[in-house]
Amino acid sequence: MYERQILICAGTGCISSGSLQVHEALRKELQKHQMEDKVRIILSGCHGFCEKGPIFIVYPEDIFYCEVQAEDIPELVEEYLVKGNVVERLLYKDPVTEDAVTSHQEIPFYSKQKRLALRNCGVIDPENIDEYIIRGGYQGLERALRMESLDIINMIKSSGLRGRGGAGFPTGMKWEFAYRNESDKKYVVCNADEGDPGAFMDRSVLEGDPHAVLEGIIIAGLAIGSDEAYLYVRAEYPLAIRRLRTAIAQAQEYGLIGENILGSGFGFKINIKEGAGAFVCGEETALLASIEGERGMPRPRPPFPAVKGLWGEPTCINNVETLANVSLIMRKGTDWYSAIGTEGSKGTKIFALTGKVNNTGLCEVPMGITLREIIFDIGGGIRDGKKFKAVQIGGPSGGCLPESHLDQPVDYDSLTSAGAMMGSGGMVVMDEDTCMVDLARYFLSFTQSESCGKCTPCREGTKRMLEILERITKGQGVAEDIPRLQKLALAVKDGSLCGLGQTAPNPVLTTLRYFQDEYEAHIFDRRCPAGQCQELLTYYIDPELCTGCRACTRVCPTGAITGEKKEPHVIDEEKCINCGSCAERCKFDAIKVK
Amino acid sequence: MQAETVKIDGNSSFDFDRVENLLQEFLGKKGMIVPILQKIQEEFGYLPRPALEYTAKMLRIPASKIYGVATFYAQFHLQPRGKNIIRVCRGTACHVRGVSKVAEKAQEILKVGVGETTEDLKFTYEEVACIGACGLAPVMMINDQTFGKLAPDKVKTILEKF
Ligand SMILES: Cc1cc2nc3c(=O)[nH]c(=O)nc-3n(C[C@H](O)[C@H](O)[C@H](O)COP(=O)(O)O)c2cc1C
Ligand code: FES
Repeated sequence: MYERQILICAGTGCISSGSLQVHEALRKELQKHQMEDKVRIILSGCHGFCEKGPIFIVYPEDIFYCEVQAEDIPELVEEYLVKGNVVERLLYKDPVTEDAVTSHQEIPFYSKQKRLALRNCGVIDPENIDEYIIRGGYQGLERALRMESLDIINMIKSSGLRGRGGAGFPTGMKWEFAYRNESDKKYVVCNADEGDPGAFMDRSVLEGDPHAVLEGIIIAGLAIGSDEAYLYVRAEYPLAIRRLRTAIAQAQEYGLIGENILGSGFGFKINIKEGAGAFVCGEETALLASIEGERGMPRPRPPFPAVKGLWGEPTCINNVETLANVSLIMRKGTDWYSAIGTEGSKGTKIFALTGKVNNTGLCEVPMGITLREIIFDIGGGIRDGKKFKAVQIGGPSGGCLPESHLDQPVDYDSLTSAGAMMGSGGMVVMDEDTCMVDLARYFLSFTQSESCGKCTPCREGTKRMLEILERITKGQGVAEDIPRLQKLALAVKDGSLCGLGQTAPNPVLTTLRYFQDEYEAHIFDRRCPAGQCQELLTYYIDPELCTGCRACTRVCPTGAITGEKKEPHVIDEEKCINCGSCAERCKFDAIKVK
Repeated sequence: MQAETVKIDGNSSFDFDRVENLLQEFLGKKGMIVPILQKIQEEFGYLPRPALEYTAKMLRIPASKIYGVATFYAQFHLQPRGKNIIRVCRGTACHVRGVSKVAEKAQEILKVGVGETTEDLKFTYEEVACIGACGLAPVMMINDQTFGKLAPDKVKTILEKF
């Protein structure tokens, strides 16, 4: 019998912080103490708190150690596992009170969360199907196998589940369309393309709990009357692909995938398709073209995929997180699920909370929670004591919301009415040092380069908008640029063929709506209030702080800095090219911008 | 179709057997262009022109169609690449946390631009949109290894490990 279990996070974040080395060191150290059969090590999926990785949790006591490195292992084993003394320096410390916290439930990052789709992430070994089954896995499928297709669909409908991949379309309704379109062949497609740059929830679910997604896919197949599914995964997610392959093989072995599942007569097959690196392939019709081996270009809808999808057959496309919810709803029932969330948005949503917050990582929260709770309670507020400026929600299709919206509830409809959108769930927090014009430029350069070029409004419109934004950030903006941007944005929104173009102007429109003064400062005062746009900065040396160490004079490429040794230096504005090398080099923070 | 019967002009030195072998598992199935290109790239490290032309003939489709697919996706490369592939993340989280300076530094050290390979074929420098480790922004990958919480002055030490 094992006396203890140790969970080491083996998600992408923690692996890059060294969790595999920690695992190796722990294995060796346990051997040395002859404790291999007393302590069981589990490499788990993502715990969400990537910032503090590698994460190392000891059960049954539930002691949460973070930022553990291989060098810490001898001490951890000797002091804690052998002698029972908690190693204080490796515990999580509250950023405000600096108190050490032992259990992860006490950490605000976790205590406000409600982990449904992430229920097993960081808890089980994702490469072991038994652990999924012990925690209730595949019970939803068992139940579904005893039900009629329409009853399954009605159940998902009354749960109120809406798609988590972007638009928030009611999942049960989508299934019903696919169900009602009769055909000998139908497909289920799971969209794991996760193209939003700044989001990684689907990745974590796939890496941490692959069976939850597989179970949802099989239930979808059962509901619409399909016998084959494709899982379309980004090629940038090699670990997710590997864990999915393992999971499919194990499920096959257990008779949960393949012919005659659990003796029901229902057969089902799941194929994995690797994406090849194009954002637009997350759009459903483009994704289908990509699976068919074509260029991943969208086509007009209707016909919707539920009518004419993969190889012309009725196809139901759902996102990873949607499907991970399906398996839970089938097990726990509709009433239980629809009690969580708001009137129009049921259940939870996973957000990838990143940017300038103290706690970055994945968090799953009930719908209806406020932005303030997410950013200040779970996220622990803004880093380095800076001031909150805006939060960007929904990736390149979403928008930026200012401080006045912090008490806004997070659900599909209120986000949309504020000009943002739920999108995939990327949530990037910005402080006073982020330039909103530059951010709009950043998103537009992304959508512009990812535009597939099929329709003119998107291909040409985004390019013209980008040119204007580049001009403004370089201090060459003109008064007409703001109305011109607005006009172009609306034209691109109205005229584009697919969701990429229809939503690409959102970051520009919302920054114009809430931060027009920053645009005006760039255009009329030739000034970047956040101090980000290189061409608009003026560097100067604070004589109080300068020690005259001369470090800056040596890196200045134009010789613009002069001064006597040990005396305050000055920058010649005429010669300065705003490269910022001096500010980077200065050890005394004496070089400022205005 | 036999390998010998396919003629590709002026490429007598190219080893068509290698392409022939890896095409076998795909023949007669639908929707296989992307997986075939992925396989060819895995085998050669990039997509050599003769391999693409040969594939087109084997599949009985125009070579232009294969080129169309190959040039659409960021994953495919028509030129040979370096031994180590650097992918610097240009995603939103990394952007907000200052990846631009890291990217500049890496390009300065390697003396390459985006998509280029160093003269000694040791590194290819690429930029991608989100690696999915945003919690550790700014981030870059070298081959399959992810490096997080970067700063411009850390780049050199990391590159020296390869
Ligand atoms: C440009 C663009 C990119 C998209 N990217 C994704 C994506 O990465 N993942 C995803 O699940 N849905 C994405 N979608 C939404 C899909 O088209 C589709 O609506 C979704 O996969 C449906 O699943 P759901 O109903 O479960 O949300 C994208 C849409 C557009 C227009
Ligand atoms: S934005 Fe860089 S890893 Fe996601």
